[in-house]
Amino acid sequence: MSTLRYAVSDSSTMLRRQFLHMLRYPSMSLFIVGIPIVFLLLFVYVFGGTLGNGIGGTGDGRAAYVNYVTPGVVLLTVVGAATATAVSVAMDMTEGIIARFRTMAIFRPSILTGHVIGSMVTTLLGMALVIGVALLIGFRPTANVVEWFAVAGVLTLLVLAVTWLSVALGLAAKGAESASNMPMPLMLLPFLGSGFVPTESMPTWLRWFAEYQPFTPIIETLRGLLMGTPIGDSAWQTVGWCVGGTVVCFFWSRSLFNKRSDR
Amino acid sequence: MISPPPMAITATGLRKSYGDQVVLDGIDLRVAEGTIFALLGPNGAGKTTAVQILSTLIRAEAGQLEVAGHDLTREPDAVRAAIGVTGQFAAVDNFLTGEENLRLMANLHHLDRAEGKRQAAGLLEQFDLVDAARKPAATYSGGMRRRLDLAMGLVGQPRIIFLDEPTTGLDPRSRRTMWQIIRELVAGGVTIFLTTQYLEEADQLADRIALLDHGKLVAEGTADELKRMVPGGHVSLRFGDPWALDTAARVLDTLSRDDDELLLSVRNDGRVKSLRDLLDRLDANAVEVDELSIHTPDLDDVFLALTGTESER
Ligand SMILES: Nc1ncnc2c1ncn2[C@@H]1O[C@H](COP(=O)(O)OP(=O)(O)OP(=O)(O)O)[C@@H](O)[C@H]1O
Ligand SMILES: [Mg+2]
Repeated sequence: MSTLRYAVSDSSTMLRRQFLHMLRYPSMSLFIVGIPIVFLLLFVYVFGGTLGNGIGGTGDGRAAYVNYVTPGVVLLTVVGAATATAVSVAMDMTEGIIARFRTMAIFRPSILTGHVIGSMVTTLLGMALVIGVALLIGFRPTANVVEWFAVAGVLTLLVLAVTWLSVALGLAAKGAESASNMPMPLMLLPFLGSGFVPTESMPTWLRWFAEYQPFTPIIETLRGLLMGTPIGDSAWQTVGWCVGGTVVCFFWSRSLFNKRSDR
Repeated sequence: MISPPPMAITATGLRKSYGDQVVLDGIDLRVAEGTIFALLGPNGAGKTTAVQILSTLIRAEAGQLEVAGHDLTREPDAVRAAIGVTGQFAAVDNFLTGEENLRLMANLHHLDRAEGKRQAAGLLEQFDLVDAARKPAATYSGGMRRRLDLAMGLVGQPRIIFLDEPTTGLDPRSRRTMWQIIRELVAGGVTIFLTTQYLEEADQLADRIALLDHGKLVAEGTADELKRMVPGGHVSLRFGDPWALDTAARVLDTLSRDDDELLLSVRNDGRVKSLRDLLDRLDANAVEVDELSIHTPDLDDVFLALTGTESER
């Protein structure tokens, strides 16, 4: 019983610490929403006219392309967020304060849960902001209330998985420098999938990768929910990838954390 | 019959090695409740390692270890609940202000809001950090950060406090304030385990002192007991010319000489009779002395005499 109370109280203390960090060091949070918004504007206004015609949308190419590209751009948010999380975990582990925490009778995992919940909240807020900007520049989803909840659910699952992945990467990194590079490959995944152009337009070898990487079913599910395109198996693949990723990365993080805890 | 004082810390056969380097080679420590224990030793002797083991940060390889009546390996959380630790290197959150750091500690000690606020305010006052309370710790000077670090170790009023070189980097005034705080804590029944490089600090504060070298305790006792372990004191003599130095070195019980400075250190317990003998002997050889100073043995002598590299011994 008291373990549970400590778990809740210590996790919320650590979460508050995390929010204070974000307030004092806002450039990281700006970085999280900055990347996707820049990409959104770039792709819609620079490439959108041509790409929109290319994907065979009805009417104005640019208007059709906003609707096509928004789900992929929203996913780009996790890249900045993953980098921020990995860096802050890696930095934290080298700080003396962690040694101090380890001499106190606290719920140990709260050191990580503070990071996880803190980054999940900021990432989801960042995604909402990106969707807001998309709506401002002409994104017109057809989703009803239930579908919007489903969108929120899918994004939460994805963010949960990516956050645990970045916690693990942050723990595995030697320092902040290498931690900031590790999540970079994630940046490519929406591009090497159905995020910006349909996979059918790619050469065969690339299409094979694009169709089997996790971001494609996630993007297809979101697009289906938001725009009413067919979802098919994508929904199950999305849940599978996210839950599986979360479980694997959670245990990976836990073992790294325990290893680093008693040198 | 008086029962022996209860022990706050006991270690028997404490061993730790990194790779094939033995850092602590089976040491025994006993610290009674409400006393100050100082662990001294040259750089790399294993002081920090001992503190890290006793404060549950790292595991010992072998040894029977008890802190606050709890076995270190079986009940680490019970030990953690009883101790406060300030390590050798600052353990503060640089993004948070001084006050937020203290409140963070209070929350992790599960103090209620009012009590947390009260303790934080009291410690800011005690450690002279009131003006800096609202500034991020990243902007603190080294000494201010050290003081915040020490204050954080005291939140929650721990019964046993570990301080690894607490006053390194503090100016003389802050050092004296820290000594005063330590004395007040002990008067309230708290037990202090500290390491230090300042032998005066150990002399001033500690009830018992242990000297650690090459992973073994080479001496243990009160400051006075330790001082008695090195033979007598010495007298330093400065001469005006090399001939005087040579002659004096020949006729006196020489400990060491410095030809550049024309300095000679000779064995002498500093009593009036011994000094008169010494001067008489110099007179008899027509040696003029420019300067004379008397050293009664202090912990520096004990330290230098009892620790050192293997080859020097
Ligand atoms: N994590 C570690 N890995 C390997 N060797 C270590 C580690 N920590 C300490 N040592 C070694 O153990 C020995 C004792 O180190 P320790 O830090 O306990 O010394 P100390 O007495 O605190 O020294 P100082 O006065 O310089 O603080 C040193 O030789 C050091 O190199
Ligand atoms: Mg040390």
